[in-house]
Amino acid sequence: MNRDLISSPHLRVQPNVRGVMLRVLAALLPGIAVFTGLFGPGVLLNLLWCIAAAVLTEITVMALRGRDWRVIVDGSAVLTGALLALALPPDAPWWLPVLGGFFAVSLGKQVYGGIGFNPFNPAMVGYVVLLISFPVAMTAWPSPNLGWATDAVSQATALDHARTALTQGRTLTEVFADPGFESASVRGWLWVSLAYLVGGLFLLQQRTIRWQIPLGVLLGMGLMALIFWGIDSDRYASPLFHWTSGAAMLGAFFIATDPVSASTTPRGRLIFGLGVGVLTWIIRSWGGYPDGFAFAVLLMNILAPTIDRYTPTRVYGTGRRMERP
Amino acid sequence: MIAEAPIRLYGFHGGLHLDDRKSLATGQPIGEVPLPDALILPLSQHIGGAAKPRVKVGDVVRRGQTVADPQGVVSSPVHAPTSGRIVAIEPRRVPHPSGLKADCVVLEPDGLDQWLDAPEWTPLPDFTAASGEQIRVIARAAGIVGLGGAAFPSAIKLNPGRVVDTLIINGAECEPYISCDQMLMTEQADEIVLGIRVVLHALGAPRCLIGVEDNKPAAIRALSRACEKDAHIHVVVVPTRYPQGGEKQLIQTLAGLEVPSEGLPLDLGIVCHNPGTVRAVGRAVCLGEPLIERIITVTGEAVAQPRNFRVRLGTPMRHLVEQAGGLKGTPGRLLMGGPMMGFALPNLDVPVIKATNCVLALAPETIRATPEAQPCIRCGECVTVCPSRLLPQQLYWHARAREFEAAENLNLFDCIECGCCAIVCPSHIPLVQYYRFAKTEIHAAEAEKREADAARLRHEARLARIEREERAKEEARARKKAALAAAKSGAPTPPPDAAPAKPAAAPATAPTGDDDPVAIAMARAQARRSANNAVPAPASVETEPTAAETNPPTPADDDPVARAIAAAKARKAAKEAAAPTPSEAPQAPAEDDPVAKAIAAAKARKAAKAAATEIPPDAPATESDAEDPVAKAIAAAKARKAARDTAADNRE
Repeated sequence: MNRDLISSPHLRVQPNVRGVMLRVLAALLPGIAVFTGLFGPGVLLNLLWCIAAAVLTEITVMALRGRDWRVIVDGSAVLTGALLALALPPDAPWWLPVLGGFFAVSLGKQVYGGIGFNPFNPAMVGYVVLLISFPVAMTAWPSPNLGWATDAVSQATALDHARTALTQGRTLTEVFADPGFESASVRGWLWVSLAYLVGGLFLLQQRTIRWQIPLGVLLGMGLMALIFWGIDSDRYASPLFHWTSGAAMLGAFFIATDPVSASTTPRGRLIFGLGVGVLTWIIRSWGGYPDGFAFAVLLMNILAPTIDRYTPTRVYGTGRRMERP
Repeated sequence: MIAEAPIRLYGFHGGLHLDDRKSLATGQPIGEVPLPDALILPLSQHIGGAAKPRVKVGDVVRRGQTVADPQGVVSSPVHAPTSGRIVAIEPRRVPHPSGLKADCVVLEPDGLDQWLDAPEWTPLPDFTAASGEQIRVIARAAGIVGLGGAAFPSAIKLNPGRVVDTLIINGAECEPYISCDQMLMTEQADEIVLGIRVVLHALGAPRCLIGVEDNKPAAIRALSRACEKDAHIHVVVVPTRYPQGGEKQLIQTLAGLEVPSEGLPLDLGIVCHNPGTVRAVGRAVCLGEPLIERIITVTGEAVAQPRNFRVRLGTPMRHLVEQAGGLKGTPGRLLMGGPMMGFALPNLDVPVIKATNCVLALAPETIRATPEAQPCIRCGECVTVCPSRLLPQQLYWHARAREFEAAENLNLFDCIECGCCAIVCPSHIPLVQYYRFAKTEIHAAEAEKREADAARLRHEARLARIEREERAKEEARARKKAALAAAKSGAPTPPPDAAPAKPAAAPATAPTGDDDPVAIAMARAQARRSANNAVPAPASVETEPTAAETNPPTPADDDPVARAIAAAKARKAAKEAAAPTPSEAPQAPAEDDPVAKAIAAAKARKAAKAAATEIPPDAPATESDAEDPVAKAIAAAKARKAARDTAADNRE
């Protein structure tokens, strides 16, 4: 019996990293189902390519680094691949998810030493590499239509549509009144968002994620939207529109909550989430990209260590006046 | 349901709901254990200084007789649990995480189990006529220590010399498997309540709250019945949540207050005792019975018939486990204490001691495997469950990187090592081990620094002394010359004892022996000292006020330990040469710590060898040091350590 390794507590530890990753993957299923239902089998192909590339990259790099590549069973590469795939256009060419999966794991994670050491959200690193390198392929989304129509037209997402309209001098009020806009884009995305929300609530209930980051993201986004929508609803979309379009729900519950690259203190997580929400809204409303979620997460990843430093917990027996009530 | 005491419950942060596994051992009443062939009585069964044997090999002792005396304030005597003969006084394996041997008195029972004809102190059946001081003295003589597992000498917490308005009896017993307090509260509630009355009287406290977790209904019923006529004692049912039985957590639950970091419950007017401890105090005061037995839970899936036993101290654990039907199969791990905070035993060939609340044999499938830990994914679960509200993962990163100062700044020493963080860690990192490592390293570094400081102070004192002697010689020469001259000229002689000029910080002309290393060192020291002269120096190493405040002033006028050390040093210094005699050492909360003693001895040796250190002194050693600076430094260090040991630590 090696006494050096024995330290209290002695009880069996129940949770493990794989369990955490598997629960998150399970929580993605409703979203994946709705997404696939609306956009066709391309979604599943993306998932397949992306996860395969991510897993292969992880195994290869671990082997090159002389580490035990069997840690692949922790499921983190699978999750990274899945999250990235769900951010890609469903009819993207096969090499897009493959490159994305490769960059996400290699540049986003392994170069820093693998799981637990990456300062940035790997899936978002992969996404941003693709977005900057292949902007056209990355922004060509088919219209969501509930029949897996083979003649799906490429069209802008609701967010993109709104942006373009604004640059053409139309008001959002007009845009939302357009025939087809409401039915196709918005309602489709609404369902996808709701499915992700259900998965996110499941994760909250399972205590796989904590409430601070999702709430922070949605609050940050919602408050900004509320203020500006109140000021000028012709130029700014409503909070509800922001919450139900693009990566809002997927991001709030699944992407920004990546524990490794987010803040770790309770207050820090709230601030981190708020920052992601606010930045997303800013990039969407004033920036050069239709959806700013990936950039917002990466920017806040940079800030996370600083946030942690200035949001310590109040340790028991310190900081409060101790006296009889 | 039980009538609730008129008290509001607060909660504590975090914690875990664990499967309590207590029913394994609570099916039967407390059992008796026949005497073994030999009782092995370690001289250190408590926190503080080991006791010193009073008996010799071959002596015949009676049950209840003192066989070893306490050494220092924080220490406790050891008594013979039965009558018999002392067959050995030698190092034996003791139940300690280190697995090392320690001095033990080995007693061979004669089977008669004869008590002393009369107890060694006069019992006070009417304790209300006794003073708190008397009760404290008896508790010390009876060798009573905290029976919750920490084994802190209880006398210190019986008459602290400060206002106490609440006595808290910690009957939470939150660790899984352990049920010794639960059984005691169920079966001996009256004796516990009697003990509470004695302790309340000693403390002069108006009320007592007995905190019991709601998973022990029988104990709650028994205690409620036992104290229903006493308006000062309330049973409070607290939620079952580990670590509810942590002193700080229970105080938070019952009083809504937090024990200040670096402080004591006493700062809140609260004193905590374990139910078994107060029962022992009651028996010691009213019946004259010393602490020679305790209730121990023998349990775990690998024990054939788990049960609680009343066990004489010193009984080998193997003998005890045999009473429970022995082991089933190969246990995955043998522990003393609970699965969350207990420590692994190499085998069962160690005796039970005052701190043994449980002997636990866990089945292989219930223990944590020791696979390689995976990297931390910063999930923050540890932050969520930490009852001290620390940031365990950041502490872990710092401990891992040996950034101990950063860990200390994150209140490492407020960690109570409850293990919640390690239980919820999905990466299976043995977090508590990292914190222990960091704490140990920090303590070691501090000890080293203390040693260096003391050596430096001694060295400077020595230089000052040499300088003084030189000057005295010169003055003697000058006087002689003057006397001679006077004798020649017939002038009156100056008195021989004319006061020599005070050699304060300003250096006199140093003797310039070109190749005299002492002289060179002296000159250097003097130069340094005059450079420092502009700055008003603080009085070398002062006892920290916080430590002085958080510790009850000892009734003794000064600390015997510090005095003893000072005296030993004085002797040594006298050997070296005429040295400043230490008069009274500064008062400090005493703590007769063998480590500190050893350090002191090593320091003395080292100081004798010490060469000139290059550290600028923070205090010029004045020539007539009334107090030995080394003793002072040790006392201060001890005060700090004592403050820390009593459950508090460095905050900025």
